[in-house]
Amino acid sequence: MADTESAVTTPGDLARRLDAAGYLADEGLATAAFLALRMGRPLFLEGEAGVGKTSLAQALAEVLGAPLIRLQCYEGVDAAQALYDWDFPRQLLHLRAAEAAGVTDVDRLEHELYDRRFLLARPLLRALETTPSVLLVDEVDRADDEFEAFLLEVLSDFTISIPELGTVRAETPPVVVVTSNRTREVHDALKRRCLYHWLAHPTFEREVAVIRRRLPGVSERLADDVARAVQRLRDADLLKPPGLAESIDWVTALTALGATELSPDLATRTLGAVLKYQEDTERIMDEVAELVGRP
Amino acid sequence: MTPSPAVTEPVVGFARRLAAAGVEVPPTRVHATLEALDVLGAGSLRSVYWAGRVTLCASPEDVERYDRVFAAYFGRRPDRPPRRVTVPPVTRLAALPDDSGDGRHGDPEDDADPERQRVATASRIEVLRHRDVTTLGAADRAEVDRYVSALRPAAPDRTTRRLRPSPSGPVDARRTVRSLLRHGGEPVDLRRHRHGRRQRRLVFLIDVSGSMAPYAETLLRFAHAACRVRPGTEVFTVGTRLTRVTRELRRREPAAALAAASAAIDDWSGGTRLGDELKEFLDRWGQRGTARGAVVVIGSDGWERGDPALLAAQMARLARLARRIVWVNPHRGYQGYSPSTGGMRAALPHVDRLVAGHSLGAMEELARLLARPRGVREGW
Repeated sequence: MADTESAVTTPGDLARRLDAAGYLADEGLATAAFLALRMGRPLFLEGEAGVGKTSLAQALAEVLGAPLIRLQCYEGVDAAQALYDWDFPRQLLHLRAAEAAGVTDVDRLEHELYDRRFLLARPLLRALETTPSVLLVDEVDRADDEFEAFLLEVLSDFTISIPELGTVRAETPPVVVVTSNRTREVHDALKRRCLYHWLAHPTFEREVAVIRRRLPGVSERLADDVARAVQRLRDADLLKPPGLAESIDWVTALTALGATELSPDLATRTLGAVLKYQEDTERIMDEVAELVGRP
Repeated sequence: MTPSPAVTEPVVGFARRLAAAGVEVPPTRVHATLEALDVLGAGSLRSVYWAGRVTLCASPEDVERYDRVFAAYFGRRPDRPPRRVTVPPVTRLAALPDDSGDGRHGDPEDDADPERQRVATASRIEVLRHRDVTTLGAADRAEVDRYVSALRPAAPDRTTRRLRPSPSGPVDARRTVRSLLRHGGEPVDLRRHRHGRRQRRLVFLIDVSGSMAPYAETLLRFAHAACRVRPGTEVFTVGTRLTRVTRELRRREPAAALAAASAAIDDWSGGTRLGDELKEFLDRWGQRGTARGAVVVIGSDGWERGDPALLAAQMARLARLARRIVWVNPHRGYQGYSPSTGGMRAALPHVDRLVAGHSLGAMEELARLLARPRGVREGW
């Protein structure tokens, strides 16, 4: 275990370090992340979009002083994009050069062609070869089930076998964070391999704290106003309730306009930062006064 | 690590209780819990709570159950901030009659060609085919059920992003160069690839309210047949609340699957608030991905107690997400039917096809309709 990592002694300690990295984790999340580090298991984070799943991986990488290696999943992502690929153009060049030099030993030539230097490491292989590292498998629910099965295999024993080269084994398994927006149900086998944590929307106090932590220049008044409005929006039964990421975007937009507090006029002009559906915007436009009202 | 029995026993007991509450708890997970407890120290209830929660749960629904069982088992639960996910508890109430012993027929035989089977017992089944299922006697009903279970409903294909080797199509540079290397750099042959094809997801929303109850069982049976053909199929029932019965219908044997599903549904023969239920479906499942690009089958008579305007708005939302919407209305099977109920009228502009669902013949027609190949969109 790397020095920086072993220094994390309790969930509370991890929460403090994450805080120093600009990420406010509550008790549950800090405990889950702490257990993932200690037990060497992947952390499976599920929750609405914009509640801070991806940011946690970034903060963890900063805390551990390890590079963050990110694998963004999408439908059709396959081994060549996730694991490794051979650098064919370079292999061809090498072959032509060898031919020109009059090399005739076929065995030797083949051996040279499948050398490590012609191997392009994609995120999963790179994470196994980099110690320490934090591997972020982002939005795994977007990949198809074939890929899930394959991911399960890699995450189970942290080895990758390359037919032409042999088996690559991680010296120390990377810290793995898998995120899902739950656009579809990820297979149980994969979840059960991991430690599971459901990330909910933050409470009002926590939201204010996160906004002020992320945007230190913002007035307390503005952070309060926006957090309150966003909490109301989440209760307003919208097609897409705003996440923490949208609150931060909204405050950034308001700050760019020089605002120090939220007024109905400012809210109307910047609603696009927080609402992403036309139906939602139309509905809220009519109720802007109630939205920004203070208790 | 060898945990003391003082720690192991309550944890194992708790895991067993959790399993009884419907959370899947394989032994490896319990090991993980003990390992987590060892790391956190078993001193406080909070560490027990979190060690268990991150290792024994796999979905927000699991977390909900976990909280309930934890409070019951350990007497209280550590305080923590309220969450927004609320999953209504599922109470058990059997409603479907147990159709005994027809499971063996339900399995699709190797050459399960309903067309050919039908020729064998032609005369009897020809008569039964067009009769309303609710008018049948027990024996005839069992016969029809058997045929419905043997149907193979499937949705049409769509193109995937994944490329697969193919004899024709664009040149696959990667594989071509690889084969070229294998032959010492001599260009031997061109390898080609094409985008793969995949079946679209089928989603069933089946109304189990009072007016639909006699037909709902047949529709559930049809949905079960679809689940067996294509495991990605999703099935929900609507009434006074939304119930996901996909998991229950995963059992292969029709009688067992239907019994499990009906035990999970606790609003049989109640009223219908289609608009609200559809909204809940879209909020919790549909918009996230379940309905995207899917073929959605709604089985209902459109007898809506709620506001038709809400239903219309939700149908419009669904229509923007789904590939096709097929509405199965048992009353459609009768001559002179016109969509007169408020709900049906509100929904109709967003429905691609309105079909009957009152008889075996109607179910067969539905299966053919769903499988209609690409490009045949006319008439939808």
